[in-house]
Amino acid sequence: MAKLFAVTILLIAIGSAIPILRHTWDAPPDISTHGTLIDEQMSDTMVEAGISFLVSQILLAFFIWKFSSSRPSDKIKTFPGGAKTIVWAAFLLVGTEVLALGVFGVKAWANVYLTPPSANALPIQVQAEQFAFYFRYPGPDGTFGPVHPEMINGATENFFGIDQTNDADSKDDIVTAEMAIPVNREIHLLMHAKDVGHSFFVPELRVQQDFVPGLDLSVHFTATRIGRYEIVCTQLCGLGHYNMKAYLSVLSAQNYDDWLKKQAALQ
Amino acid sequence: MHDVPVHHHAPPTSFLRKHVFSLDHKVIGKQYYGLALIAVFVGMILSWLMRIHLGWTNLAIPGLQLLSKSGAPGGIITPEYYLQLMTMHATIMVFFVLTTAPFAAFGNYFLPIQVGAEDMPFPHFNMMSFWVTFIGFVVLMSSFFVGDGPTLGGWTQYAPLSAVGAVSGPGQGTGVVLWATAIAIFCIGQLLGSLNFITTTLDMRTRGMSMWRLPFSAWAWFITSIMGLTAFAVLMPACILLILDHVAGTSFFVPGNLVINGQIQPHSGGSTLLWQHLFWFFGHPEVYIAIVPGMGIVSHVLTPNLRRPLLSHRVMVYSMGALAVLSYMVYGHHMFVSGMNPVSSLVFSFPTLVITIPSTIVVLIWMGSLYGAKLRINSPSLFALGFISMFITGGISGFFLAQPSIDIMLHATYFVVGHFHLVMGVAAMFGIFAGTYFWFPKMFGRMMNETLGKIHFWLSFVGAYCIFMPFHYLGIAGNVRRYPAFTDDYLQPLIPLHRFITVAAVLTGIAQFIFLYNLVHSRFWGKPAPENPWEATSLEWSTPSSPPPFDNFGGKLPTVYHDPHQYGVEGASADYVMQTSPEQIKSGHDEA
Amino acid sequence: MKSRYRRILSAVLSTVVLIGGGALILGQRVNAAGEGKITGSVKLNGAAPHMKGIDMSKDPYCAKAHATDPGHLETVVAGANGGLENVVLYISDGLSGSALTDVPTAVPVFDQKNCVYTPHVLAMDIGQKFKVVTSDQTAHNIHPNPNPMTGNIPWNQSQPPGAPPVEKSWKAAEVIPVQCNIHPWMHGWFVVVKGPYATTDSSGAYTINNVPPGSYTVTAWQEEYGTQTQKVTVAGGQSATADFTFKAK
Repeated sequence: MAKLFAVTILLIAIGSAIPILRHTWDAPPDISTHGTLIDEQMSDTMVEAGISFLVSQILLAFFIWKFSSSRPSDKIKTFPGGAKTIVWAAFLLVGTEVLALGVFGVKAWANVYLTPPSANALPIQVQAEQFAFYFRYPGPDGTFGPVHPEMINGATENFFGIDQTNDADSKDDIVTAEMAIPVNREIHLLMHAKDVGHSFFVPELRVQQDFVPGLDLSVHFTATRIGRYEIVCTQLCGLGHYNMKAYLSVLSAQNYDDWLKKQAALQ
Repeated sequence: MHDVPVHHHAPPTSFLRKHVFSLDHKVIGKQYYGLALIAVFVGMILSWLMRIHLGWTNLAIPGLQLLSKSGAPGGIITPEYYLQLMTMHATIMVFFVLTTAPFAAFGNYFLPIQVGAEDMPFPHFNMMSFWVTFIGFVVLMSSFFVGDGPTLGGWTQYAPLSAVGAVSGPGQGTGVVLWATAIAIFCIGQLLGSLNFITTTLDMRTRGMSMWRLPFSAWAWFITSIMGLTAFAVLMPACILLILDHVAGTSFFVPGNLVINGQIQPHSGGSTLLWQHLFWFFGHPEVYIAIVPGMGIVSHVLTPNLRRPLLSHRVMVYSMGALAVLSYMVYGHHMFVSGMNPVSSLVFSFPTLVITIPSTIVVLIWMGSLYGAKLRINSPSLFALGFISMFITGGISGFFLAQPSIDIMLHATYFVVGHFHLVMGVAAMFGIFAGTYFWFPKMFGRMMNETLGKIHFWLSFVGAYCIFMPFHYLGIAGNVRRYPAFTDDYLQPLIPLHRFITVAAVLTGIAQFIFLYNLVHSRFWGKPAPENPWEATSLEWSTPSSPPPFDNFGGKLPTVYHDPHQYGVEGASADYVMQTSPEQIKSGHDEA
Repeated sequence: MKSRYRRILSAVLSTVVLIGGGALILGQRVNAAGEGKITGSVKLNGAAPHMKGIDMSKDPYCAKAHATDPGHLETVVAGANGGLENVVLYISDGLSGSALTDVPTAVPVFDQKNCVYTPHVLAMDIGQKFKVVTSDQTAHNIHPNPNPMTGNIPWNQSQPPGAPPVEKSWKAAEVIPVQCNIHPWMHGWFVVVKGPYATTDSSGAYTINNVPPGSYTVTAWQEEYGTQTQKVTVAGGQSATADFTFKAK
């Protein structure tokens, strides 16, 4: 029974590692400039965690195999060095391992969150609501008009509550249901929640950030590959949470300008 | 023997006092176990419904429309009903199973016996603690049948979804109020219980029972009760504030100018992150409240089955203590992408990484103790070893989630679901199973069926890995959690994996009925248990009978001479020496 | 003693029979031949405002359904001859007896088709059952927003593809906006009225049937332009006419 148990642990450990090694289910390829660091951090962690996982499970299996068949006359042996070795090993091996991960990870995190967006980053506002994203481009004046919550009305498609007749800054604002961005240009995404908590997650872009009602946040990123990607919500926001999405189109600079003109005409 | 006579309360005679409103910690422990047993099967069946829906979204489940006509019209689960089932599954499992079974149930039954007391110091508090918890369960379950059903906000109940009322979704009105009421009531029960546990450990130890002579399980319950006292004391007011946001027009968790379904909400000035801070300040210690008793039980179950003491009693206890202390400093890792200051994320990430050190020490102590042992394979030891394997697997995925940069990719995905199910769900369940198979003979005077126990173990062990390992793959591929169906293009290739998990979950769930059968059958028709079936040394095996008499030790309190780890003792009459045995031994490991 | 009880009992019984019988006679429905109707048309005076197009890219199913014919808002739907569609006409004053209390047995249907509400405006009587169905292969949620002070209880329910119809009714007269939060452009109306009602077709024409003879105030409701009223007298078995004209803003 013990030997069977040991073999089972061994098989499960190896079996679990196979899909990881073969990349059967992998994260979608990165299309951002900051994602490389995150991906490196991920694969470093995967190597360390994978080794720890395999070593400890195999050791557990081996010990179960080895020490379950002793006879009554056998004497108890003590692990060489006893608990002291173990404490030292834990501090040195695991301590340095996790601290190294932590320290290296700071860079990947700081790269996303602790650097300001560059001055010429393109500002785009995204508003999350149950259960859709809407986007606002500031138009030629580069300024977003003020928001009037009492004017928000989905029936007239005034999703942001902007007053285009009275507010000068709002006149040229462009509201869209799809997010289009020019490739290789930094985007400064201003995030606003209309009702409850949501999240902005584009796996390919290596961006995930919650929308916090009452607290407008921002993230910045640069996409490097033209294509159409899904923006999904990862913060439980109600019955349509799984249907809350929008598309992100990364376009060439020319196509982006054309798209924006077309959207402006539709306002 | 210099046993101390006890003259406390006389055994009850009326049925009510004996079995219902009992003051006896043993009966209360069994009541907690019974409640957890009902809750765990309810929670498991809810998980079946969810899994079936995730695998085959349009499959009608016959009869489900009887439970909720609008939630499952024609037996097909609607998205909101899926989320309601999910919230209830999590709430039932976390609060009424993982907190009650390893901590309140076994702790109540065995802590007073293991310290050598005839009962807890406040029996009325103890009785109240169970009945209050029971009322909490009833209130929670009642939300299935009130209004438009239970809340759909998840067990974390993030505001403002949870705080603005029915306009934000089905069950977000009455459902949330009932949920918060149930949890607030539950907190009262656990506060009363924790108070009793702490006092029992500190004040009720019998002669010779120093703190260092307490077995691991007693230490674990003691540490857990300290965590419980501080964690539930935060959750309860948080729940009360949430209720006030619903019924008293306050805005603790709701900022101004929210427009929901076209209506401006009549709230202003609240903070949504406040709820997250309050909740996770409770929520992370709660994870350890669920797992530390499991660690204690596993250590306690392993020692007699290794026939040797663990490498170090003190290192083990210090590690559990370190986990408890650190658990308060790491809660921010749930909020890396929540909009909290990104510098705080880094600050919270380091203690989270450091917490792997005591966890590693605990695991290595078990493994190092396995080295050179005379391992006995039986149902309790199999589950204890299974616990170690699960704890390693679930713990290692914590390496990823502790890092804010990786959390950008893994937050709110199935990776998280796999991580916490293995480490606090399955591992804690294995701890409960190990405890059940181990202590059943003491609790009921009968043995559980070993063959059925082993079948149960094999199906559960392999099944749990089949269910929860693929969760990690789904998470790496970016599969968002809390989705009732997968409509996004990039999730389509993952549906076959979901179906595999569903099949595994249903089969593993069925295997749990073997356990239920074994439990019920052995209770009445099991083989009579010998006095000390596992040849263990701690005080519960020194009571005059199984189950122990009303005052535990038959009118006298025992005197303790040794620590509880006298296994493989050289020169002793057997290979183990009971804690109550005055036998003089030369021992290298009595650390008392 | 016994006879006294019997006397009281028979008195109570006969009172009940009298009142019941009286109510039956008084409340008896005027037969169909005696009922008249109100017909007419609703027109828009001036150019119809521009209706914004809808970007449905959020849901590929909806976008595909509108690939060739992009959706538009339906706040004001005017025909070629100025006929206004989706105007609800009902008798706001002058009804009495059974004409007021009778609830039609017909079950109007509110369909979600190609991510648009069909019809855009659904009129119904108080207590009348109506059905919400979906013809789409994508999930919707139906989230009407009544004022709870009227006695109408708000609800919010998903209808995934293939889900059975949702059957409901309203307790009080109210104009209730309804929306789908999954598709935020989907906005419609439940107009709950007391008594007979009609909704204009694409040419702006309407007919309110089953109107007993009498003098009434007819109200026309349009979501953008509000309400207008007219007095009209219906003779037994005859048809009265009431035409309305809304002025474009």
